Amino acid sequence: MLYREAGQFSSRYADDRRVFRLRQDRLGLALLLVFAFAVVPWLGNDYWFGAILIPFLVLSLAGLGLNLLTGYAGQLSLGSAAFMAVGAFAAYNFELRVPGLPLPASLLLGGLVAALVALLFGLPSLRIKGFYLIVSTLAAQFFVPWALTRFGWFSNYDASGVISAPKLEIFGIDFGTPAGRYLLTLGVVTALFWLGHNLVRSELGRNWMAVRDMDTAAAVIGIPLLKTKLLAFAISGFFLGVAGSLWAFAYLGTVEPHGFDLNRSFQVLFIVIIGGLGSILGNFLGAAFMVLFPLLLSNLAGLLPGGLIDAGQLENLQKIVFGALIVVFLIKEPEGLARLWQRLRERARIWPLRH
Amino acid sequence: MEFFFEVLIGGLLAGVMYSLVAIGFVLIYKASGVFNFAQGAMVLFAALTFVSLLERGVPFVLAFLVTLAAMVALALLIERAVLRPLVNRSPITLFMATLGLSYMLEGFAQALWGAQVHGLDLGIGDEPLEIGGLLLSQFDLFAAGTAAVLVAVLSLLFNKTRIGLSLRAVADDPLAALALGIRLQRIWAVVWAVAGFVGLVAGLLWGARLGVQFSLSLVVLKALPVLIIGGFTSIGGAIAGGLIVGASEKLAEVYLGPFVGGGIENWFPYVLALLFLLVRPAGLFGERAIERV
Repeated sequence: MLYREAGQFSSRYADDRRVFRLRQDRLGLALLLVFAFAVVPWLGNDYWFGAILIPFLVLSLAGLGLNLLTGYAGQLSLGSAAFMAVGAFAAYNFELRVPGLPLPASLLLGGLVAALVALLFGLPSLRIKGFYLIVSTLAAQFFVPWALTRFGWFSNYDASGVISAPKLEIFGIDFGTPAGRYLLTLGVVTALFWLGHNLVRSELGRNWMAVRDMDTAAAVIGIPLLKTKLLAFAISGFFLGVAGSLWAFAYLGTVEPHGFDLNRSFQVLFIVIIGGLGSILGNFLGAAFMVLFPLLLSNLAGLLPGGLIDAGQLENLQKIVFGALIVVFLIKEPEGLARLWQRLRERARIWPLRH
Repeated sequence: MEFFFEVLIGGLLAGVMYSLVAIGFVLIYKASGVFNFAQGAMVLFAALTFVSLLERGVPFVLAFLVTLAAMVALALLIERAVLRPLVNRSPITLFMATLGLSYMLEGFAQALWGAQVHGLDLGIGDEPLEIGGLLLSQFDLFAAGTAAVLVAVLSLLFNKTRIGLSLRAVADDPLAALALGIRLQRIWAVVWAVAGFVGLVAGLLWGARLGVQFSLSLVVLKALPVLIIGGFTSIGGAIAGGLIVGASEKLAEVYLGPFVGGGIENWFPYVLALLFLLVRPAGLFGERAIERV
């Protein structure tokens, strides 16, 4: 009864084109943002910030990056982690080598460098289609960490290729505390999600979806494949690159190239599958699942009588449950958690009636 | 020059090992259109089961048969629990399902048999053999021989038996095959079982080479460029791709590696595959899809 559109009329075309047409949605989002920006920093403790909220936000952003490419533009990629690595190392080098560069600028530049690299590895997508294309992104996945380890310049000649976060300071305000890192991440993630959500509603976003559904047909109706596909790779690379720098700077603090290996790419891919391909909200849901699920499982194992499940077995168990969940999701709910949420909303609309 | 040939032939023989994994892929892709990422996990599962049985005192032949039975049971289970509910879904969905499957298999194999490294001795020496003035690894020659036998057996199966005929029919046109009364589900189960058998053979050879351990499931990443160069639908292509990747990888490591500082074998096959694809977008022997709007 609370969640109903009754009485909310569109009197202008602009009203019809709003992202959130329902007043309740707008209000809910505003409340959520106020809560996340103003209340959570006071409520949370170091554990919540460091182990749950920051990785959740960064993974959501990485999920969004891949979702733009795979969920919207239909180009399968197994190289997300490579573009994250490029973003992280580029931002690190900008911060290191350009004195006085503000942190947001180096995040942005890191993202742009990742976009360029993604563009380069996206070039074959014009000629190669479908599964054959994963060779290109896998080439990125193996080449990038190799290059970052091999050439010491990227990590400022650190013996093991590790980079450390610069001082997190914007215009004299220190963001180095856990709550500060959380706010920094939240700010960047909110801005980029705003951008991403509007992107997929733009002409470009619609072109992406046309290419995803059938690229030959899209070309026939006059969508420029070259521009559309390459922009998908570049923009996805940008989002992933920024996510990578946040992963390195705000979450881990220090990171080595092999922190961005194939497993990380799979992790991002799973976020997108579980959350929902071609959905913006799904990235948050998938990332929340990805962060909370292992914690839940290890807590459950902790409840069992001591020593019944050791750490190695727990990891195996986690793998089995994870794999099973993915298969079950694909069978039962191919559109992911986002679809469940949508159904819940529809139920709320007609509540307390059933139909 | 002699050194060059030694490297070349060593590479070619090593490439055969990649082909062994790629053949399992091709079988499944041809018959069911599934890009089976779990092939590597199947190799790991087979090798781990086999070696664990062997360590528990089960004789070689019996262990082989039991593992084979396990792979067949696995194939039936996969067909029933994964493929059948996902019928008619997009190829990308099926691919992701096999990703989930590979996680399950890896976790299950290690939960069952433990994560330690097992040695596997097939009774073939690894001392180099001198043939025509070239030093060649005895083990690699044996692996190449096994691959040749395997391909011969598979082509007999495909071309001379009734089940092979239906396999080819399904690969050619699933709908027409269905209309003729071929049971698609049974064909899938058979093909996954055969792929399991190929995985077992690959697992034994790779296990004897590297030791049976988790990293065995990563051979799938070695097989991917092979598969892509050869094309997804051709067993001959898988062999040719394996030879190309094996030889060029070794040559690049020896002649190109020193200039960029080595360690290039992880990404070199992918870049090579990419170059091949730019010339032939469906691999050397792959079927070119004709797109209609």
